[in-house]
Amino acid sequence: MKVPLSLLLKFCDPGLPVEEIASILALTGTEVERVTKLGVEDPSTFVVGHVVSCEKHPDADRLNVCSVDIGGSEPTQIVCGAPNVAAGQLVPVALTGSVMPNGLKIKKAKLRGVESNGMICAEDELGLSRSHEGILILPESSGPAGRPLADVLPLGETVLELEITPNRPDCLGVYGVARELHAATGAPLAPAPWTVDHGTSGDLEGFALDVADPAVCPRFTARIYEIEGAGETPMEIQGHLTAAGMRPISPVVDITNYTMLVIGEPLHAFDLDKLDGQKLTVRSAAGGEKLTTLDGQDRTLEAGDPVIDDASGPTSIAGVMGGARSEVGEGTTRVLLEAAVWHGPTINSTSNRLNLRSEASGRFEKGLAPALTDRGQAFASQLFSEFFGATPNQGTAVAGQDYPDVTIKLAASKVESLVGGAWSVDRIVKPLEALGFGVTVTGGDLDVTVPSDRLDVRRDVDLIEEIVRIDGLDGIEPTLPSGNKGGLLSRGQRIRREVADELGAAGLFEIAGWSFANPNLGDRLRLAENDARRVVVELENPMSSEEAHMRTTLIGSLLESAGTNVARGASSVRLFEIGPVYLPSEEGLADEPIRVATLLVGPSVPPDWGNPAPPSVDIHSGTALLERVLGSQRVTWKVLPARDPEPFLHPVRSGVIEIDGHIAGWMGELHPEVAAEFGLPNTVVAEFDLKAVESASPEVVHYAPVSPHPVVSQDLAVLLPLTVASADAVAAAQHAGGAELESVAVFDVYEGDGVDPGFRSLGLRFVFRAHDRTLTEDEATAARAAILAVLESELGAKQRG
Amino acid sequence: MIDRISKITAEAKAAIDSAATTDALEQERINWLGRKAELPNLLRGVRELPAEERGAAGKAANEARVELENLIDQRLTELSAAELSAAIASDTADVTLPGKPSSFRGGLHLLTKTMREIEDVFLGLGYRIAEGPEIEQVSYNFDALNHDPHHPARSATDTFYVDASTLLRTHTSPVQVRAMLAEPPPLYVIAPGRVYRRDDDATHTPQFHQIEGLAVDEGISLADLKGTLLAFAKAIFGEEREIRLRPHFFPFTEPSVEVDVSCFACDSGKTEAGDRCGLCKGTAWIEILGAGMVDPNVFASVAAERPEYDPAKVQGFAFGLGIERIAMLKHSVPDLRLLYDNDIRFLEQFA
Repeated sequence: MKVPLSLLLKFCDPGLPVEEIASILALTGTEVERVTKLGVEDPSTFVVGHVVSCEKHPDADRLNVCSVDIGGSEPTQIVCGAPNVAAGQLVPVALTGSVMPNGLKIKKAKLRGVESNGMICAEDELGLSRSHEGILILPESSGPAGRPLADVLPLGETVLELEITPNRPDCLGVYGVARELHAATGAPLAPAPWTVDHGTSGDLEGFALDVADPAVCPRFTARIYEIEGAGETPMEIQGHLTAAGMRPISPVVDITNYTMLVIGEPLHAFDLDKLDGQKLTVRSAAGGEKLTTLDGQDRTLEAGDPVIDDASGPTSIAGVMGGARSEVGEGTTRVLLEAAVWHGPTINSTSNRLNLRSEASGRFEKGLAPALTDRGQAFASQLFSEFFGATPNQGTAVAGQDYPDVTIKLAASKVESLVGGAWSVDRIVKPLEALGFGVTVTGGDLDVTVPSDRLDVRRDVDLIEEIVRIDGLDGIEPTLPSGNKGGLLSRGQRIRREVADELGAAGLFEIAGWSFANPNLGDRLRLAENDARRVVVELENPMSSEEAHMRTTLIGSLLESAGTNVARGASSVRLFEIGPVYLPSEEGLADEPIRVATLLVGPSVPPDWGNPAPPSVDIHSGTALLERVLGSQRVTWKVLPARDPEPFLHPVRSGVIEIDGHIAGWMGELHPEVAAEFGLPNTVVAEFDLKAVESASPEVVHYAPVSPHPVVSQDLAVLLPLTVASADAVAAAQHAGGAELESVAVFDVYEGDGVDPGFRSLGLRFVFRAHDRTLTEDEATAARAAILAVLESELGAKQRG
Repeated sequence: MIDRISKITAEAKAAIDSAATTDALEQERINWLGRKAELPNLLRGVRELPAEERGAAGKAANEARVELENLIDQRLTELSAAELSAAIASDTADVTLPGKPSSFRGGLHLLTKTMREIEDVFLGLGYRIAEGPEIEQVSYNFDALNHDPHHPARSATDTFYVDASTLLRTHTSPVQVRAMLAEPPPLYVIAPGRVYRRDDDATHTPQFHQIEGLAVDEGISLADLKGTLLAFAKAIFGEEREIRLRPHFFPFTEPSVEVDVSCFACDSGKTEAGDRCGLCKGTAWIEILGAGMVDPNVFASVAAERPEYDPAKVQGFAFGLGIERIAMLKHSVPDLRLLYDNDIRFLEQFA
């Protein structure tokens, strides 16, 4: 909300610079988004002038040469282009040296050969309004000539732009903000502007209201004014309206807007003579009804929109915008003035749907207090009297509820308990009274009566918020709670951290991928139509059609990120992500298992000047990475050829990851066509389930004895049928090697010349060691022979000659 | 014969002395003491000498051999040392050459690092980490958190929906409710994680990260909230930081506050050069999170299932902060998009 500072200070003036006022408001809950200065910066060179004479310019039809009394001994000569300038007028004059709000400097000048010493100003030129219908003609009361213009016009204005939180619609009127300022500073608060009411209660003769649904319209009031003449909105009020961002339009409309600005209650003025019949009916529209609004637009209503009918049907969209049919205008002599409050969400949805957001609807959608209707009528009655000399006809039409006082019990001990620190009754009472709450104290208990516009305060904690924000949050001494039970990561959380750390240590960067997935990802990964990963959680209202699915695999973001990095010139791209995938579930919420995914592109080891071009990563780089990560969690795992290779992986250079005997993921080289699809060279990827790691990882690692005896190392080269997996040979060797076989390593793999077709040569290195003695070479040789025998008999291996 | 031995010895000594390398010395050893050399063969010939000569000749030959062997050993030590020195001296390396790395550089994303840093602060303060689903029930995300049925955040323009009762959580706050339903007070938890809102512009991504904090106990106060957040701000932004609480409004806390931390890039809003500080925009304070005392209505919705959370018995505070904002503020990251671009030139700066 835009608050003209001078208007605020009329109600409460703490005598502080605006920056300090802004800061005080911010620290008591009214955020000040910005402070702007409008209009004339230095008003000292602006005066009231009296046009002594006005002659046509000899060489320019549209210019007038005026002699203007500016209070000095001699009148000054000013050339003026306005058509409405005439002798005898009082006018605003910018003397030479003035700086106009738009930055223009007024200098002594010659216009078509005639000297001009200043400028006679229009409203827009002074920053008062956007009106440029000729120069501004001041009322007689503005004299005498030479009087500082700032005495009669709001020349410069400072505007506070406030962010009012949705619980505080009472601050959507300047007086509400003044009350905050009063409570926060102790500066006196002017009497409430609705204290004087020229109207009367009782039935309004000749007019009736009918509210069909009180939930939509909690309270509706109406009064009738009979006005004579055009009336006049005082220049100061026009200035305030302009500064608050509302254009002065006509005195009647200005009354409604100014009441809204000061009281926070939007009013609506109907031209009573254009209304059909003597009754207004508030109801919910049926779908398809039509109405032309004040802005000239034809609107089609939807079922549920709140409308106000006269005998001819809808004449206003309640709380949002009036209808053109009953609009007040220059000829209006009888005004029906509506002051109502509406169900906030209904107004919100109607104004949103019609894309019709106004100062009024913005207030109504917050859900205004019913008391504001009466405050608005009272304040408007003062303005009608001031602008038109009019008083309302006898009576006020009212539909809807009254608003009895609400009283809340508050125990002083509750304040101490919830806020902390020591709270005397006096300390509690002071801020409440400053905010207009009524307080009765009985011992340590308070009965607090809530101001009728504070619908947000209904419980003791609401009162405590009022107390503490005015008393000052700065005064609270910080303490720490004492009752907590000790911080701890769960096992799963710890393992997630460890796995991430291990991947980082292995030279992979973690990415922040998107939980959203492009619906085309399944196709790009060549997933079969019945692939489980095509069963996704789908968003009803995605940000864009490319983000309509929730991911079922982490690989999408990794491939996209890697492709981007390669396109930007990276030659080594090693990435991982740990995070949930989202798997629809038959009932209840989706499953969100945590997955780990890795991607490797580029050299298998870091190039250096001794090894400038290491070979590219391949599937075995992926296996080594798994060994590092899964090995660090001490799980039993292996990579096995997949029965059905993943469609996006190289069919014979990929496999499944088995953890503790269960398939927990996949790994391998990306299928060359898929790699090309994402703009990637040879790429190694893997994804596995973190829960599988947690389940398989021992909770506690126990010590395994370390033998003090020396090792005996022996090598064996066997020819293994190509159909046999090396892992099976290693496993068979481990099984056959006896208790003294400490480890088996594959140290050489060879296929080709010198090796029988259908076979490959596998070099195995055995390390033997006994725990109780020094093992002899002969014992090791015997063990090796036993291993060979098993490899021969079980796997069809042959010793390489 | 003894003369011959003396002569050989003298010649051998001269040759050994003049050997310049260990290889040359080895050659001299072979020349003078080797299988085909004269002196060992002389020793073998002693037997054939007359008996009275044998003793003296044998002794002389033996002494000569020992003397030569010692001399060779001594000389070998000298030459070896000299040769090693020479070898070391000539084995130069350009110590300024880049290293030969055994592994690549890698590490955690800035968001994860920031999240862990914050988690660790609260682990140290005695909090545990609670988790909850990202695809969440509307009831946990809004209803149980005292959101009005017409609250604008519920609209399909603000929130991602899966169906009428299921959404992508818009904050980590539903984990508050889940944590309370899961165990009785006292409860001290934080809940980090991904959240989603339908915003996509220079300062918003539709997916971002929050950390929620919740403390529920008897007598938890606003002063406790202030002390906890002060400890957090000092841990993350520096020991000399202060915090400031401003009243605000959130549906699930009452009273509610926004929390500012004193600017860490300037002194009271002005840079050293006297310009307006760009980080705090000259205000000397930076907004970092929202917080408040848990609204009794939130406790009431939990107490319907778990009576230990009777709002008459327990009090609590809650806070929520955006990880992206903390990371960007602390590390001067100018653009939110960088966090999701995953360019390795960005990633490696923080890994």
